Amino acid sequence: MNWLIEFFGDPDNWSGSSGIPFRLLEHLEFSALALLAAVVIAVPLGLWIGHTGRGALFVVLSANAARALPTLGLLVLIVLLVGVGTTLPVLIPLVALAVPPILVNTYEGIRGVDRDLRDAAYGMGLRGGQVLLRVLVPVALPLILLGMRIAAIQVVATATVAAYVGLGGLGRYIIDGLATKDFASTIGGAVLVALLALAVQTAFTLVNRVAVSPGVSRRVKVR
Amino acid sequence: MIRWDWIGRNLPEIRELLGDHIVMALLPILLGLLIALPLGLASVRWRRLYQPTVGIMNVVYSLPSLAVFIVLIPITGLAEQATVIVPLTFYALAVLIPSVVDGIASVPTHVRQSAVAMGFGPMRRLLQVDLPIAVPVVLAGVRVATVSSISLVSVGALVGRGGLGYLFIDGWQRQFPTPIVVGIVLILLLALAADGLLVVAQRLLTPWARARSSA
Repeated sequence: MNWLIEFFGDPDNWSGSSGIPFRLLEHLEFSALALLAAVVIAVPLGLWIGHTGRGALFVVLSANAARALPTLGLLVLIVLLVGVGTTLPVLIPLVALAVPPILVNTYEGIRGVDRDLRDAAYGMGLRGGQVLLRVLVPVALPLILLGMRIAAIQVVATATVAAYVGLGGLGRYIIDGLATKDFASTIGGAVLVALLALAVQTAFTLVNRVAVSPGVSRRVKVR
Repeated sequence: MIRWDWIGRNLPEIRELLGDHIVMALLPILLGLLIALPLGLASVRWRRLYQPTVGIMNVVYSLPSLAVFIVLIPITGLAEQATVIVPLTFYALAVLIPSVVDGIASVPTHVRQSAVAMGFGPMRRLLQVDLPIAVPVVLAGVRVATVSSISLVSVGALVGRGGLGYLFIDGWQRQFPTPIVVGIVLILLLALAADGLLVVAQRLLTPWARARSSA
């Protein structure tokens, strides 16, 4: 507890380019960029695979392999090979981390839509693309958002590790604290990251409440 | 890019890290199962327990592993196995408790009623009917937990005990890619092997599933 008071009570930690607001923004910037890139890749792919049923095996296999991929190793390897100059090398492992949950959940969501519902949509004269966008996506939205939530939390948590290869973000407090045996900074950073992860979780719960059609959320069993 | 001679010279050390990695990755799964089974069964019997348990586990799961490792250092010590094993046990629980509950819930009511009608007591029904039928769902959870656990151990390298993750730190500090590649490949292989073993275990534990599909 004393460490927390020491860390959060230090005015130096609240201003300038090593202050909490600045580090937090940096952290959010990487995380948002990585998540955005992952969404742009994974959602259309997941929609397409779920809708056409082609390439389903690819989804299952890649998701399992990706779970085993150690992000820290991937990060140091890529940065070592490409160099630290830009943020791009750091984004690659984060995107690789975020794509599988979004892809799997989008695919499962679309595939899991009640057959009758799909048939009814076709019966009403909607064409393939219209069925996908007007019926399948709204019904699958809770699962798609769940995938994004899992991905977002993992990205926010893992972006911490980026500090190890010299980037900014909240991980700086943790890594620098470990290096200089400044335990207050390490614990403070860890608490900040944990709080941020919880905030992301809450934010997604709220988005879920606003974005998912009430007709859908009433029927979906919430875990 | 790969210096094979480095691998040859460091084989004993790599083997030691691999052993350390396996212990730190798999012990949490075993502990997790030992805790998740009774907790899951309790949540099935007393439904009211389920929501709070899962809620707490969801929060635990969203905590960054590095953050938890660090917060534990004052309690379990720097570079100790326990600093990695304790948080990974909680991550395993977050996956395993819902799978145990879903697994038991997947037992069809008529099967349970048949067991009762045949004179099975509650304990015998649990051991000989409910648990065997729950095996596929529970094992699906065990597979997810095992593979993530194997990959997560490496983050422990940042607090001084990460099994094969040490190779990442070593390679980075010396700007030398070979150990990093060795670490990534071994972790992937380890995850693949563990996942394969679990698939075999599932086939052995559910002989009826095979009989049905070949009939």
